[in-house]
Amino acid sequence: MSVRAAVVVFPGSNCDQDNVRSWKAVTGLEAELVWHKETSIPDYDLVIVPGGFSFGDYLRCGAIARFSPVMSEIVRLAKRGNLILGICNGFQILTEAGLLPGALNRNKNLKYLCLDVNLRVENARTAFTRDYSQGQVIRIPISHGEGGYSLRPAELRALNDSGRVVFRYCAPDGSVSPGDAPNGSLDNVAGIVSEGGNVLGMMPHPERLAEDELGGTDGRALFTSILRALNGGA
Amino acid sequence: MTDSPNPNPNLWRDHNLTKDEYDRILALMGRQPNYLELALFGVMWSEHCGYKNSKAQLRKLPTSGPQVLQGPGENAGVVYLGDGLAAAFKMESHNHPSAIEPYQGAATGVGGIIRDIFAMGARPVASLNSLRFGRVDDNRVKRLLSGVVAGIGGYGNCMGIPTVGGDVYFHPSYQGNPLVNALCLGLMKADRIYRGRAAGPGNLVMLVGARTGRDGIKGASFASEELSDQDRDKRPNVQVGDPFMEKLLMEATLEILEKDLVVGLQDLGAAGLTSSGAEMAGRAGSGLYMDLDLVPLREEGLLDWEIMLSESQERMLLVVEPAKADAISAVFDKWDLLAVAIGKVTDDGLFTLKRKDRVLASVPARLLTDEVPVYERPIAEPAYHRKAKAADLSPARDHGDWAGLLLKLLASPNLSSRRWVYEQYDHMVGLNTVIRPGGDAALLRLPGSRRGLALSSDCNSRYVYLDPRLGGAIAVAEAALNVAAVGAKPLALTNCLNFGNPENPEIYWQFVLATDGLAEAAKALGTPVTGGNVSFYNEYDGRAIFPTPTIGMIGVIEDIANRLTHHFKEPGHKIILVGESKEELGASEAHYLLTGRDEGPVPSLDLAVAARLNGFLVEAAKRSLLASAHDLAEGGLAVALAECCFDLGLGARLSLDDPISTAALLFGESQSRALISLPEANLPATLALLAESRLSHKAVGQVSPDGSLEIGHGREKLKANVSDLREAWSEALTRAAAL
Repeated sequence: MSVRAAVVVFPGSNCDQDNVRSWKAVTGLEAELVWHKETSIPDYDLVIVPGGFSFGDYLRCGAIARFSPVMSEIVRLAKRGNLILGICNGFQILTEAGLLPGALNRNKNLKYLCLDVNLRVENARTAFTRDYSQGQVIRIPISHGEGGYSLRPAELRALNDSGRVVFRYCAPDGSVSPGDAPNGSLDNVAGIVSEGGNVLGMMPHPERLAEDELGGTDGRALFTSILRALNGGA
Repeated sequence: MTDSPNPNPNLWRDHNLTKDEYDRILALMGRQPNYLELALFGVMWSEHCGYKNSKAQLRKLPTSGPQVLQGPGENAGVVYLGDGLAAAFKMESHNHPSAIEPYQGAATGVGGIIRDIFAMGARPVASLNSLRFGRVDDNRVKRLLSGVVAGIGGYGNCMGIPTVGGDVYFHPSYQGNPLVNALCLGLMKADRIYRGRAAGPGNLVMLVGARTGRDGIKGASFASEELSDQDRDKRPNVQVGDPFMEKLLMEATLEILEKDLVVGLQDLGAAGLTSSGAEMAGRAGSGLYMDLDLVPLREEGLLDWEIMLSESQERMLLVVEPAKADAISAVFDKWDLLAVAIGKVTDDGLFTLKRKDRVLASVPARLLTDEVPVYERPIAEPAYHRKAKAADLSPARDHGDWAGLLLKLLASPNLSSRRWVYEQYDHMVGLNTVIRPGGDAALLRLPGSRRGLALSSDCNSRYVYLDPRLGGAIAVAEAALNVAAVGAKPLALTNCLNFGNPENPEIYWQFVLATDGLAEAAKALGTPVTGGNVSFYNEYDGRAIFPTPTIGMIGVIEDIANRLTHHFKEPGHKIILVGESKEELGASEAHYLLTGRDEGPVPSLDLAVAARLNGFLVEAAKRSLLASAHDLAEGGLAVALAECCFDLGLGARLSLDDPISTAALLFGESQSRALISLPEANLPATLALLAESRLSHKAVGQVSPDGSLEIGHGREKLKANVSDLREAWSEALTRAAAL
């Protein structure tokens, strides 16, 4: 089957081209750019909601983008079970749109932070992570000012219990303590999936470490996982 | 003419003009200019727009070469990179606005230089920032530092343009007058360079992007005065940035250029509509008119001169054939941006402002752009210059506790890790950053080839203060060596010349000599100057900053697989110190740290040796002989060696016998030196290349696995634990910057 992938472009998106480039570098496949004003889009197998500063991140990150015409189409595809990947600002938009629970708050030091972090793969059974191994420690960059994940304690427990926390900030040896989350995320949450497992939101940028020349390849397995899942691999 | 008040004998002062300049305007115009016309002259003849105090000196700089596609005089310089690809790049200052309102001052500095780059038709792909602040233990300085860094990040991060490098130094001379110099670089096809020309009478003049408001009015004149305690009142002179608007403006502008819909374009920077309109007409030798009734305003009731001098951000002026206006509007509509025709190109040579048929001002455009007076100011050697050479350098020379001094240097504000700064910048977006911040130079990969582009900014202003000519040359040589140290051939440079008040003969002496040195080095190293910016009047309450001619250098490496970084890679690799270490402790960071004094002879520089060292590094990288390379700069050999060990926590053992003091060997700042490491198998070929390059060198030691750093010199020895050094170095700025 041929996989159809799309990357949504909001005014202020700035990682749209990066995702097209890395998707191609890893899978050899093209991804189409979809303008946020589109009211009807094909049933893409994968829609990436990229990082950036949609609508300047004015008001609140992702708060304006969720009203863009294309969002109702993304909700439709999410309900259909198609894969939706929100990275950084894309994660923020997906929480604002109600496709994922919780919210992303200002980093605990109130500063923008761009650096490589260690992530522990908490669930290697999702469509997005099956090419990682359970508990694997990977190095992926973050680049955000508002990435501190927050959720009511009861809901957070439920997320944890149901394996929906997919990535957690950790130390190089895989141990997890609050100091390892540079943004102050509750429970060190770095990425979560929806109940149906087909919508992933994560603050770190896997597309930034998918080629050797850029200093690492730990992001590749996210894209190969998606491709394998879409091609019906186990 | 309307709007012409009675001639007021002090009228010129309102516009920061002198009596002589006013008389020159009367003679050139052949009549009394009205208030608005005089306001146009006031900003266009300011130092900021007209370069009246600097032009005579800038003519000394080499500006041409086979690689130069566009030299100074346009929005940015352009150089050829190979494979049909070109880079537009330029550096500009935003010092005074940043002193008053650090976040917005720095943010709009970044925004302005980004517009200069996409106005050439290039897509911006990287920024650098060169920053200078006062003593970091002062709370006001901490606030400036935090605000400036946040402002640079706030704008650049939102734009999706990575900030890949730069430099930051602290010195009391910048206490009230910080420096914020922003460099932006963009890529384009070499045959698609756009220029700021209002060509073709009858063509439309379109204003696109943001509405015009009252912010930043007279910013250009503000930049051409000294600062004082009273300047809190000048906050209205500082522009407010909207990076989201600029992102849309950039995408829309690049889209209309891609579709070939534009004759010429220019960004609205200093002096807003006035400079962009007059300069576009001046360059094309044409005229143009604007109808101020058609300018989209943010609020009602702006006066004529306010509209013309507003520095509201995120605006561009386009010259467009009438038949293409609808296509332009369609693109700007898509991005929800305004695009309004406000006038036309004419053939009368006049820069005319109207409201409907009522003429408000009409001045020959070339009087505003080409008839700016050029001053050769008087110069005088300052008293400090004669005194400072004779310095007592014994505090460093006789120090004895070499490990303690190394630790102190690595933890000092000027030499500690800049991680606290660059982690606040998105330095990876765009997926081109192959060498991230923290190395000798940043390296970007170029699309469609194996080539890479290296960038570095640099200036040791203590050297320039103590010896402007030598210091100016060293600034160029150091920036070029940074680029060569990653394996790239230095190609061209932009500069930002930050000085005090040029009307002071001692300041102008610094300016003349520093530009002499800059010109000599740029010629000798084959790196022409393709543009830049002059920032005078950097003084606070009458005290001038250290003269700071910041250099932004770019270079090209043919294959990024051959890039060099400064980290030692493997135990057992041989370490060679290339270049000659001399008894040169003067003007050093070590002497300053121990005494608080800026004094002593500046290290000597042989430009022929500097050129050969650059050539050696580029060739050695190309032949894959080296495992690492690092240039020696502030803090000398000991600091450089420690930096090479940090990444992998390796150690190093060196032994040297140079006939100089141990202090000079460890911490002296002799120029044109580099530390290289290499597998033993590559030793013969590397030594042969060094001999061929006629570079003095010593095979002095090897990389060790034990995390211990040792430098022996006769019976003296420096021995330190790398992890202790690293800890002090990596956290110092974070701690110092905390309020």
